[in-house]
Amino acid sequence: MSQDVLAGLAVILEEVAGVDPADVTPEKTFIDDLDVDSLSMVEVVVAAEEKFSVKIPDDDVKSLKTVGDAVSYIQRAGVAA
Amino acid sequence: MTTTPRQVVVTGLGATTPLGGDVASTWEGLLAGRSGARRLTEEWIEQLPVQIGAPLATELPLARVEARTLDRSQQMALVAAREAWADAGSPEVDQERLAACVASGIGGVITLLTQHDVLREKGARRVSPHVVPMLMPNGPASTVGLEFKAKAGVHAPVSACASGSEAIALGLDIIRAGRADVVIAGGTEAAIAALPIAGFAQMQALSRRNDSPESASRPFDKGRDGFVLGEGAAILVLEAAEHAAARGARVYGALAGAGISSDAYHVAAPDPTGAGAARAVRAALRSALLEPSDIVHINAHATSTPAGDLAEAVALRTALGDHIDAVAVTSTKSMTGHLLGAAGALEAVVSILALRERIVPATRNLDALDDEIALDVVSTDNRKIGTGAALSNSFGFGGHDVCLAFTV
Repeated sequence: MSQDVLAGLAVILEEVAGVDPADVTPEKTFIDDLDVDSLSMVEVVVAAEEKFSVKIPDDDVKSLKTVGDAVSYIQRAGVAA
Repeated sequence: MTTTPRQVVVTGLGATTPLGGDVASTWEGLLAGRSGARRLTEEWIEQLPVQIGAPLATELPLARVEARTLDRSQQMALVAAREAWADAGSPEVDQERLAACVASGIGGVITLLTQHDVLREKGARRVSPHVVPMLMPNGPASTVGLEFKAKAGVHAPVSACASGSEAIALGLDIIRAGRADVVIAGGTEAAIAALPIAGFAQMQALSRRNDSPESASRPFDKGRDGFVLGEGAAILVLEAAEHAAARGARVYGALAGAGISSDAYHVAAPDPTGAGAARAVRAALRSALLEPSDIVHINAHATSTPAGDLAEAVALRTALGDHIDAVAVTSTKSMTGHLLGAAGALEAVVSILALRERIVPATRNLDALDDEIALDVVSTDNRKIGTGAALSNSFGFGGHDVCLAFTV
């Protein structure tokens, strides 16, 4: 798992939703563990698209339950791009 | 058979205004006769015919995420509500008996305008997902309701510059009707932006004294030429008297009654006969079981527009008769500017404090009373008043008339 992507997500989560970067670990769920609501999740996705130069279609966002899901998705999408 | 309505008392006050970041500093500013108006310095101001306003005196003490996901009107309401709730003793209340009535005249207009810029410049994908809850007029009520877990109803009556008073009147009705025991009530407005200023200026509603902002808001004065646009929020904790007594709450005074009417005259111009406003005042007296002779103080709507101040003076004489000559009248807006949907709420706070402290802050900038205005307007020096009741008027574009009655 890319530490760069994980660290980048932590920066976004802190900026958008006030999440402590220390709490951003792969097994954490966005909604239940990190208290990122569905509206803020949209902001996280848009910020991640910009930061990592990837596309994350809305249909795929639903499958991103944990931080690890998102890191893996961004890595795959980044390789594909 | 008449029944005495359920008594409603005020147990908490909160505000953030052009004079200060809380109630104490605002009240101190009013007693000192300070003006919150200044020349605006935003980059868009140069294109406008009106270049003055009354912005908040202080930064809002909020977490970064709150600042990011809430419109400025919601942020201000939240700050004022937190102060009011703490002032009320942060009571443990049954959430299902707690309601919120927090009004705004315009809603999240700054969000609407800035996000429209984002849409045009950066595209739909970059529009904030928070934009709808930030711009909706009930957004501030929702914010406050969520903060304190109000489950007996969250309301946002919209009636332009009468909105804050109407929210308080609705809170009174809710408690009297038994639908809640505690209501967090008030108003908020954040509309210091190019489009609202341009629009109000096109209506000839704003003072053009760009070179002397502190003397621009001059209610009842011969030389008045319009209002100064302010921003801010004010919140009151309203509580059923028996509920407040049961928890040993400190009580500022009673919200004794409220009257609401409508002019059915013109969408923006006041009825020069003051008939609608007078009906609201009389309705407030009936609601409060008061007589005109009980009134010692009136916090007038008095925005500093030529037509509005005159119509209000006519209305007050119609409603109170010759007793109006014995009433100390003042205009808070001479110092704060016009907070639109927050004005009535702030003036409710000020009315309560005036009764409680038995002192009426003088109207600033009243150098020469308009010959056609026959009111005893407190000017130059603050005035001591005796015990009695106070009224606070608010009128709004759309022909809205609201009058609140307070006793201590």
